[in-house]
Amino acid sequence: MSKSLGEVLVSVRNMEVTFGSRRNKFVAVKGVSFDIYKGETFGLVGESGSGKTTIGRAIIRINPMSDGEVIYKGQRISGKISKELDKKVTQQIQMIFQDPMASLNERAKVDYIVSEGLINVRPDLTREQRAEMVSKALLEVGLLPEFASRFPHEFSGGQRQRIGIARSLIMEPEFIIADEPISALDVSIRAQVLNLLSRLQKERGLTYLFIAHDLSVMRFICDRIAVIHKGVIVELSETEKLFEHPLHPYTRALLSAIPLPDPDSEKRKILEIYDPTQHHYETDKPVWTEIEPGHFVMGNQEELERYRARLQA
Amino acid sequence: MHEKKQDVILRVKDLVVKFNLRGQVLTAIRGISMDLHKGESLAIVGESGSGKSVFCKTFMGLLDNNGWVDSGSIEYDGQDLAAFKKEKEWIHIRGKKIAMVFQDPMTSLNPLKSVGKQIQEAFTLHNKVSAAEAKQRTLELLADVGIPEPERRYKQYPHEFSGGMRQRVVIAIAMACVPEILICDEPTTALDVTIQAQILELLKALQRKYGLTIIYITHDLGVVANVADRIAVMYAGDIVEIGSCDEVFYDPKHPYTWALLSSLPQLGVKGEDLYSIQGTPPNLFHEIHGDAFAPRNPRALKVDFVARPPYFEVSPTHKARTWLLDPRSPNVEPPEHIKNIRSIRKMKKEDAVNEQITR
Repeated sequence: MSKSLGEVLVSVRNMEVTFGSRRNKFVAVKGVSFDIYKGETFGLVGESGSGKTTIGRAIIRINPMSDGEVIYKGQRISGKISKELDKKVTQQIQMIFQDPMASLNERAKVDYIVSEGLINVRPDLTREQRAEMVSKALLEVGLLPEFASRFPHEFSGGQRQRIGIARSLIMEPEFIIADEPISALDVSIRAQVLNLLSRLQKERGLTYLFIAHDLSVMRFICDRIAVIHKGVIVELSETEKLFEHPLHPYTRALLSAIPLPDPDSEKRKILEIYDPTQHHYETDKPVWTEIEPGHFVMGNQEELERYRARLQA
Repeated sequence: MHEKKQDVILRVKDLVVKFNLRGQVLTAIRGISMDLHKGESLAIVGESGSGKSVFCKTFMGLLDNNGWVDSGSIEYDGQDLAAFKKEKEWIHIRGKKIAMVFQDPMTSLNPLKSVGKQIQEAFTLHNKVSAAEAKQRTLELLADVGIPEPERRYKQYPHEFSGGMRQRVVIAIAMACVPEILICDEPTTALDVTIQAQILELLKALQRKYGLTIIYITHDLGVVANVADRIAVMYAGDIVEIGSCDEVFYDPKHPYTWALLSSLPQLGVKGEDLYSIQGTPPNLFHEIHGDAFAPRNPRALKVDFVARPPYFEVSPTHKARTWLLDPRSPNVEPPEHIKNIRSIRKMKKEDAVNEQITR
């Protein structure tokens, strides 16, 4: 499974995102650091409110960061950046949103929805050229070019999500942030969209940041997974390693809660409940440690000892 | 397991539901017959648009104005619910005997009303009680569904609740009159996995406490495996396979059930394409000839395009609508990985168990 971890495409360093004013401050993301390598699918998993979407949105510059930086291809893209870089980032980093019912403009035709980004970034294109690119993008995601003249409400959920994917593809991005792209879809449609995403990755060498709460899907699609809890990444590892040796108690709780389509194991399922008070961090502060090659976990010295012992067993 | 209890609480016979959409008539439910047993958990699975929600809405008279029960009957408590015409008739059933938990707690609660009032509303509508009594009952309900500090929570508004807590409130509203049948329409789809597990536990606890009969409408087969005693697989307005939980998961007979199970990422091999069902569900505006799934089934028989298959009994509790079960049909084996489901899962499970032990 371990793809040779080549070039770092995106590097998030010590990211902190806060909402609200000073008196009523809420820190949504605290000191998050990770690298995403070119061509991989990096998964970010956590429950709602854990800050996983905020991280995605901060990378794409929708949410401002209060501390830390994001490096994209060796250049800092957080904070104040030049106009050209901003344009480049807008074109090269795209987002696929969760709910295809809510993320498409109901009053716009598919043609406009898909080409809107182009109008801003590539004003040099003529109307005909744009139309051609739209039909190409639609074909690529398995829709017919004549759909361009229709409105979103004429499509099913799966088709709408394909429109969302076409909209980001048309910009010819290198890095796609997919924020729960399949959680609003049916089981059978999910498979289609997942296959589409992995085919596009193979063909175009795309890099994905895949944000989701469904670990069974993550296991199938991601090369590496980071588990986030309350704005802090608690564990990061290659997918199979994470499933084989989950170390942090929160990861274990999350893994135990995955619903399996298997009555036998479901009926004997033991839920592990994560209790944040089990950590004793008052004197012994937790540190982000590489406990085995490529496997990082957050813990204090005492916990790390235990984790190491568990790995050796 | 409630298999011994076979008291039928609700019996659906040849139900046909139609909708009028822009002058065209759409057949959403195409002749379903089904028994609901007292105290069981029945899961209805299917894609969106397969009619699973519409089917259950007919039990409560909640069809949209452009929809109607065209023929068939729904027997419940000596009455035929399908024959109900007026709202007045429904009032004794809806919310009181049969209640519903809706999918999205964000949209199914009134943001302008305190949570306590919303629960109380359901209770006072059906029972003549004093305000104090109603409040008392509401507080009990809040505690019942696992909401801590009911006194304080009673006065709060939905926006002060998290998603999981809101869903508990929705369940409390449905439970207000202690119904006999609870219909849960995608009760956990909008929730986190950890919360999802808790809500399912809650529903199971309520079922034990009040002897509820629960219908789960869902497309999440993980949820189904957890809660269901029996499973009905719906496709294009029809139940194509129905059986006990184990029978449907481990010995599925209908090609659609095979396809549905195969498309689960849990069974996929990383790096390979996931099995996906080709084509789209049939257009319900047209009459469907033969097996509705045939056009999407790569190994459909000729007869599948001509005649609609009847139910073939696999076991007393398990039946499927497919010609493959006809003794005259050729022997079509289910896809290899479906046959292996049990062994694959067994292997995975043993791995997991071994790991648990070594830890």
